[in-house]
Amino acid sequence: MSSGGEEGDYVPWIQQFCDLFGHDYFVPVAQEFIEDDFNLTGLSSQVPYYREALYTILDYQVDTIEDVTNGTSNSDKQDLPTKSLLSHSAELLYGLIHARYIISKPGLTAMASKFERNDFGCCPRYYCDGMHLIPCGSTDVPGQETVRLYCPCCNDIYLPSSSRYLNIDGSFFGTTFPGLLIKMFPEIENQCRIRINKVNQNELGLKLFGFRINESSISGPRMKWLRMHPKSIEQRHEFENCELSIPSEDEMDDEDDEDEDDDKTMASED
Amino acid sequence: MTSRNGITEEYHTDSSSDFTEYWIDLFLGIKGHEYFCDIDEDYIRDKFNLTGLNQEVSKLSVLIDILTDIIDIESQPEDQRDALEHNARVLYGLIHARYILTSRGLNKMFEKYRNGDFGYCPRVHCQLHPLLPIGLNDQPRLASVKLYCAKCEDLYNPKSGRHAIIDGAYFGTSFPAMFFQNFPQAIPVHDRKIYTPRVFGFKLHDYSQLSRWRELQRNKLEKSLVQKGIDIYNKPGGFVIDEKEEIKN
Repeated sequence: MSSGGEEGDYVPWIQQFCDLFGHDYFVPVAQEFIEDDFNLTGLSSQVPYYREALYTILDYQVDTIEDVTNGTSNSDKQDLPTKSLLSHSAELLYGLIHARYIISKPGLTAMASKFERNDFGCCPRYYCDGMHLIPCGSTDVPGQETVRLYCPCCNDIYLPSSSRYLNIDGSFFGTTFPGLLIKMFPEIENQCRIRINKVNQNELGLKLFGFRINESSISGPRMKWLRMHPKSIEQRHEFENCELSIPSEDEMDDEDDEDEDDDKTMASED
Repeated sequence: MTSRNGITEEYHTDSSSDFTEYWIDLFLGIKGHEYFCDIDEDYIRDKFNLTGLNQEVSKLSVLIDILTDIIDIESQPEDQRDALEHNARVLYGLIHARYILTSRGLNKMFEKYRNGDFGYCPRVHCQLHPLLPIGLNDQPRLASVKLYCAKCEDLYNPKSGRHAIIDGAYFGTSFPAMFFQNFPQAIPVHDRKIYTPRVFGFKLHDYSQLSRWRELQRNKLEKSLVQKGIDIYNKPGGFVIDEKEEIKN
C-alpha cells in the first residue's frame, strides 16, 4: 500500500505510522531490529496475515485482493488480505514489535530522550510538580486496555489527558517498559526523590476553616497511606521490616504492647 | 464618576436596545469559567457577606452595582473600564468562595459536581471519579485552582490551561471539606489497589517494599477504625473489599 506512491515523495511505512495523529508516543523501530527474526519470535501466531504485515512494515510490495481483482484465478485471491485487514495487521504487528523494541537498549535510549523532552506529558498530580510521565500498558495482551501513563514520583498510573490517545493499545508499550526505564536511567529516580522530599506529608488532607478533619469522621482522611513515604525513624524501621513481607498482625500487636505510649504519641502526630 | 460623553451614551443605548445581558451571565459564559456557579443577587447585595472584601478591591460599592447590573460598565469613564471589569471579576471570585460554603451555593456546586463540570480524576484506579475545585490559599493572587479527588484524597492540576490560571482563592481551602460534610452520600468507597511496576512480570523490589509498607500503614488505620467501632468495609469513607483482589495479593 505504501510502495505504490511516486519515488520522489516516498515516506517509509514506519515513518508514516509514527507521524499519524495521536501516534506521537511511538518511536520509529530500527529496520535491523525488525529484520532480525529472533526479535519476532512468537508474533506470527498473534497477528493475522503475519508475513504480509511484516512486508508492509518493511516497505516491500504486498498484493491485496484489491490489487489483483482482474486476471488472476480465484484460488490465489482467497489467500490474500483486503487492504483494511492488512493495514490493521501491520499496525498490530508494529505495535507488538514496538513493545519489544523499547525494552532493548537502542529503544530504551530513544524513549528516554522522548521522556526527557516531555513527549508523554506531565503528571497531573499537584504534588508531583510536573514530573514527566512514562507510557505503559496494564497488560501485554493486545486488544484489552488502552495506553496508561506511569508517574515514577507518585508510583501510580494515569489516563492520558487527551482523548487522541484513547485508541492506542497499552500492549504496544507493555507492562515491563516503565520499570526498566527507571532502573536503566537512575537520574529519573533522583528527580523523583527531590520532589518527594519537598512535600510535607503532615500538611496533606482536607481542612475546614483551617481545622483538619478527624480520622474517625467518614469524610476524614483515609487515603494518606497511598502517597506516604517513610520519613521518621520509626517509619524507616517499619519500612525495613517490610523487606520481604508485611509483618503479621501478631508481630504488630507485640510491638504495640511493648511501647504503647510511643504508639499513642505517634497516632496523635498523624 | 457618572460623567459620560455623548458617544458612549449613544453606544450604550444602542447595544442595550436589542437585548440585555446580565453581567453574571456574561461572566459565566467566558471560556474557562466553567467551574463557577451563579451567585444570587441577594447574597451579593447583603453587605454582611462582603465583610472585609473592601481590603481586596477598591470602589466596592461601584463593583457591587456592576455585578448586579444596576450600573453598566459602559457608563463608566473609558480609562477606568478595564480596571473596573478586572476588579469586578476578582470581587465575584471572592464572593464566590464564600457563597459556595452556604447551603444554596453547596447545592448549586453539587449539581455541577454531578455533571462532571470540574472534570474527572485522571488516576486509573479512581475510575473517573468526579473532582471538586479547591484553593491552596484563601488569599487571592497566591496559587491557582487545584482539583480534589475524594476517592484518592489527592490534588490534581486542571487539564486545561484556561482553568489552570484561575485563582484558587475563588473556591477557597474549605470548600471540599464543607461539601462532604453536607453531602456525606457523595463520599466514595476508597479503592485499596496499589500499582507496582513490574519487569517481565516480577515486581521491582524497592517499589514493592514501599507498597508493602503503605499497605501496613493502611492496615493500621483500618485496625484503629475498627477498634473505634466504625464499619469501614464497602461503606462510604471505607474501603472496597473485593475477595478476588484479596486472593491475588
